[in-house]
Amino acid sequence: MGCGTSIAIENQTRPSETAMKAAILIQRWYRRYVAHLEMRRRYTWNIFQSIEYAGEQDQLQLSSFFSFMLDNVTQMNGNGPDLISHLLDSVVDPLTEEVRQLKYEQIVVSESYSGPRLSFPLSVTDTNALLSAFKEEQTLHGKYVLQLLYETKKFLKQMPNVIYLSTSYAKEITICGDLHGSLDDLLLIFYKNGLPSAENPYIFNGDFVDRGKKSTEIIIILFAFLLLYPDHMHLNRGNHEDHIMNLRYGFTKEVMQKYKTHGREILQLLQDVFSLLPLATVIDNKVLIVHGGISDKTDLDFLSTVERHKVKSALRLPKRSTDHLNVRSCSRSSSRHSRRSRMDSPCSSGRSSRASRRRKKHSTKQGSCSSSSSSSSSSSSVCSPRVSSRNTPRRPPPSPSLPSPTDVLQVPFLDSFVSLEPPEPPREELEWQQVVDILWSDPKNQNGCSLNSFRGGGCYFGPDVTQALLQKHDLCLLIRSHECKQEGYELCHNGQVITIFSASNYYEEGSNRGAYIKLGPELVPRFFQYQVSRSTRKLTLHQRVRVAEGSALRALKEKLYAQRSELMAAFQQYDIDNTGRISTSEWAQVVESVLRLDLPWRTLRPRLARLSADGNVEYGSCFEDISPGEPIPPVTPNLAETLYRYRTDLEIIFNIIDKDHSGQISIEEFRQTWKLFTSHLGVAVNDQTIDDMARSIDFNKDGSIDFNEFLEAFRVVHKLDVKEQQQG
Amino acid sequence: MADKYSADTIITETQKRISNAFDVFDHESNKTVDVREIGTIIRSLGCFPSEADLHDIIAELEEEEPTGFVRYEKFLPTMTKILLERKFRPITEDLLLQAFEVLDQQKKGHLEPEELTKYLTQEGEPFTQEEMDEMLSAAVDPDKNVILYKDFFH
Repeated sequence: MGCGTSIAIENQTRPSETAMKAAILIQRWYRRYVAHLEMRRRYTWNIFQSIEYAGEQDQLQLSSFFSFMLDNVTQMNGNGPDLISHLLDSVVDPLTEEVRQLKYEQIVVSESYSGPRLSFPLSVTDTNALLSAFKEEQTLHGKYVLQLLYETKKFLKQMPNVIYLSTSYAKEITICGDLHGSLDDLLLIFYKNGLPSAENPYIFNGDFVDRGKKSTEIIIILFAFLLLYPDHMHLNRGNHEDHIMNLRYGFTKEVMQKYKTHGREILQLLQDVFSLLPLATVIDNKVLIVHGGISDKTDLDFLSTVERHKVKSALRLPKRSTDHLNVRSCSRSSSRHSRRSRMDSPCSSGRSSRASRRRKKHSTKQGSCSSSSSSSSSSSSVCSPRVSSRNTPRRPPPSPSLPSPTDVLQVPFLDSFVSLEPPEPPREELEWQQVVDILWSDPKNQNGCSLNSFRGGGCYFGPDVTQALLQKHDLCLLIRSHECKQEGYELCHNGQVITIFSASNYYEEGSNRGAYIKLGPELVPRFFQYQVSRSTRKLTLHQRVRVAEGSALRALKEKLYAQRSELMAAFQQYDIDNTGRISTSEWAQVVESVLRLDLPWRTLRPRLARLSADGNVEYGSCFEDISPGEPIPPVTPNLAETLYRYRTDLEIIFNIIDKDHSGQISIEEFRQTWKLFTSHLGVAVNDQTIDDMARSIDFNKDGSIDFNEFLEAFRVVHKLDVKEQQQG
Repeated sequence: MADKYSADTIITETQKRISNAFDVFDHESNKTVDVREIGTIIRSLGCFPSEADLHDIIAELEEEEPTGFVRYEKFLPTMTKILLERKFRPITEDLLLQAFEVLDQQKKGHLEPEELTKYLTQEGEPFTQEEMDEMLSAAVDPDKNVILYKDFFH
């Protein structure tokens, strides 16, 4: 059995027997075809996840850059105070509540505006109007957005941190996970499951915004229903309901683009609204719903007393005393340079080694080899200041360990300057920890509770931690979101934890389903899955896999490109005779060690690099498909590569500097930022080069730079895509 | 001596291929996979076993007390043997074309969806409804509503 058998059509054989053989053959062939597709689907998924988790490194990088900037502020030529205030300034609201309300009422909406006009208190007419308008791609006028946010803020102020619900008033409660700006998914859920109402209560478990392009529409709808049905609509805060996250992951940009006049004020209000969102929901005193997860320190009673509105952003920590800062800054600057060393030097892993990763990844993935990925880098991270406090209350981290970056960020609006007291960490810090744990933690399979150093905040919590918490509060189930799952949901910890994720096609068309849960009085969850599709005709499995795979591979190739010089140097170490070829084994080894992505490189090789006639890998071929976009400012290839790698970080910094969100910054600001950034990275760039670059980018010679244009130059083009497009 | 090295290399490379494929499905990173994924893994490594073949292989791979998982230590030797012995060889395009032609009893040059469905869901190792639906969605020409099987082959 197993060898190809020929189907000789013999006259003596009954047709049905040959037919049966033919059928088996086709079935065998088809099942193999499907398995092959499934493998591709699966490794596509692995690629997306790996890149996502690698992208979290970028956030650490960025935050350490912020602290670096603070440390070095005195060295900046006279521009210090301005830049810092750019960074940290939270505009203090001079207006009182009443004045605000009046101000919004007085905003004039022109006759030509054809979108919905809301009237408060809201009615079903308003929510219906909003839904229709958004389906037609209309934008709600800034006035109504402001009014809506203002009313939402007022409403949320009276809510507790933890909301207790009961199923006895309704048939079933529907629980949805991350939406991430995907309006299509929200509308699909409403279509399948009905709109929120007294008979149809909903809980949305955070992460409404960022990444998708319709975050504004989503929060408008969610807040409108919140005001309309305050007892039947509930929103939990997610880690993306955070204005600093929004700077990085797209929501801020979206708001500024859609609301040129009122955008800044909308963003201001949103800061407050987000920090006022409740942190947890409990159903029937049995089911706990939070966005991220829990830690071994989570305590619902303490959580109820936290002043949640003070935690505006997980990246902004309670202040620490100054001596701590000085100690850390010394160790950090020395460690900075050691991080930029050769790719195979083990980076100090003081913090990361304590985190036991449940995913197979090198725990020494710090600094030097990370690269900034753009579109597919979706997940988020924050900087944890808590290293020292969690394990050894007040000792500074061993140097030259990985810096604890944002210990240094000082928050102007927290007016008390907390000095480090023995032995209890200050209350603000404890509160901050509680909140961040709830918003950022992920479950893991092994027992214990370890720092989630790759996210930078929160913990990995094991089944024992879940068990302990559920027992402590007499609960039976934890429902959380925060992580994308291929089927839209996943159970773990012996069924005690459910992850629910509602943004389908999160990575790419076809990458995953979305799901929601319905929970009735018997508290047995029922799952409903769906997947938004671009075309009305259902894509075949093959088409879905191909699209998702294409996207994953493009992202992967960009990663290769971003590390091109390091890779080539390493390849050449194996290729002494300079043949341009090395064995598959060697190729896989190099790629894995430079990129530090734990992926099945041998399985992927056919999609990434060519084989020569002798069966070896032509290692140069993995870069052939990518070329830089144009035009490029006059920089060396190395610098171009660096710029490409860090362009996401640069974008964020520019956005912060660009306070009025005009897209323009002054040449001087550009120079300063760039100088700082390159010295932070340890890249040798002389002043002249920077000046030349700045001047060349200042296209209209008016002393300001359109940084979006600048960053556009460092996109890459995938040549194969272009060819496909040209062929039509 | 050269043969020995290349034999070793072949084995090592084969095992690394197997390891890669296995890892793709090893969700918890603990060197186990769900037994239901074994078929997919074996097939993705280039083999064309029948369902009956798979059944036998899985019986070999399962624990004394089935846990629903297959461990890598067991999978590796079994799979290495399968690959090195070239079991479950691929079905060539010629063969596949012949198979379709056999089912096309009236020699129409195409198959009706109902015809194919009848064969594949009733004969041999029958397809599930889902498998059949998926195949039809990929195979049926939307305009003519038939399966132009000759078009699958170049």
